[in-house]
Amino acid sequence: MLTKRIIPCLDVDRGRVVKGVKFFDHVDAGDPVAQAQRYQEQGADELVFYDISASHEGRRIMADLVRQVVEQIFMPLTVGGGIRTLEDATRLIQAGVEKVSLNSAAVQRPDLIAEVAGKFGTCATVLGLDANRVMIDGKEHWRVFINGGRVDTGIEVMKWVEQAQSLGAGEIVLNVMNADGTTSGYDLPMTAAVSSAVDVPVVASGGAGSPQHMLDVLTDGKADAALAASIFHFGHYTVGQVKDFLANHGVMVRRD
Amino acid sequence: MPSSIAIIDYGMANLRSVQKAFEHEGFAAQIISRPEQVESFDKIVLPGVGAFKDAVATLRSTCLDQPILQHVRQGKPFLGICLGLQMLFDKGFEDGEHDGLGVLAGRCIRFDVDRTMGLKVPHMGWNQLDKKADSPLFGGLADRPNVYFVHSYHVVPDDPSIIATTTDYGRSFVSSIWRDNVVATQFHPEKSQSVGLKILQNFARW
Repeated sequence: MLTKRIIPCLDVDRGRVVKGVKFFDHVDAGDPVAQAQRYQEQGADELVFYDISASHEGRRIMADLVRQVVEQIFMPLTVGGGIRTLEDATRLIQAGVEKVSLNSAAVQRPDLIAEVAGKFGTCATVLGLDANRVMIDGKEHWRVFINGGRVDTGIEVMKWVEQAQSLGAGEIVLNVMNADGTTSGYDLPMTAAVSSAVDVPVVASGGAGSPQHMLDVLTDGKADAALAASIFHFGHYTVGQVKDFLANHGVMVRRD
Repeated sequence: MPSSIAIIDYGMANLRSVQKAFEHEGFAAQIISRPEQVESFDKIVLPGVGAFKDAVATLRSTCLDQPILQHVRQGKPFLGICLGLQMLFDKGFEDGEHDGLGVLAGRCIRFDVDRTMGLKVPHMGWNQLDKKADSPLFGGLADRPNVYFVHSYHVVPDDPSIIATTTDYGRSFVSSIWRDNVVATQFHPEKSQSVGLKILQNFARW
């Protein structure tokens, strides 16, 4: 049976991890390779590097970084953030990532999804999506945001995920912004709605503060995987502790 | 003297992770892309990403297909990974019907899963191997080890005796095969942490 995936996400700015874990044994909290190795030892199922520098220089550094990481770790790696062209995606895949996560640039030019999927297959093509709930004339809408969540595109979440899937996205990472960084739990209704609407796997993102939140989103939220940053980075829980909790509550996870 | 291992490079995929995994286990592996290089190696590894049709077409246009088939006919060890498993079969049904390399009888078809069970395509993530035969790849592994999959298509061999493992995804599908000198996995050993490293070590020692 396919296990539910637990995916730590590392924010990277010009080659350095921002908000890395301060491990007890003085592992450099900013060193992406050291952080990746530690998460591999903890039993993480995949890793995501999110490039927050989003500059030309940052993209070049990220490809170099990927080359270093794949020398050390034997698990799937995804890079998101700042991928604007097929050339950006190609550089990262040739450097050794399994999947690239397309975000703002795909909203601005949806054909980018088809181009990446056409060259590398749907299995390598991830749609990353920043979503938020907005009230307009007393009615709630689920909207797609871009540019780090600053700009409401006016596009409806459900419409966008279905379009992205038809263009060739093989996985959807749904980051709900009103939950993001709050550590008060994932947005379960939105995650469940997206997961039910598409045929591809959905990774929940934004809001994880406890193992219970991850349990909730992998059950009630119908997510196929849970991505989290601060819950792991601040050392509150290890990946192993989260997986023990999930297993004790009947969720199939990989623990060998 | 240890046997020599070549990893076939026919295009876009990054093969460094496969090479590095062998190195981690103490075995050198060379990435090669010219047809005349193939025959000098004892063992070859054929990885693969992307579409069935494109991959087979690229193997043919780069003239790598014939030396690979020759290697297999000579009884030398061969490891296929993911698309490198799928292409061994007669037919692939990704984006129409396409001929494969025809080493094995059977076909490669898309997952037809039950959405009401919450199953998605691609089949993506860690899943267990159920052993059906004592393939040379799986010595020294725990019972039902977890390995990493990412694929939308799976193979259906005509001859069930070549099935080495199956994996459950709504129903069971063939996750690896073994026939004589040919072993191949639908999953990615190079991405499957310690379990995958052990599998590659077993191939290197075979």
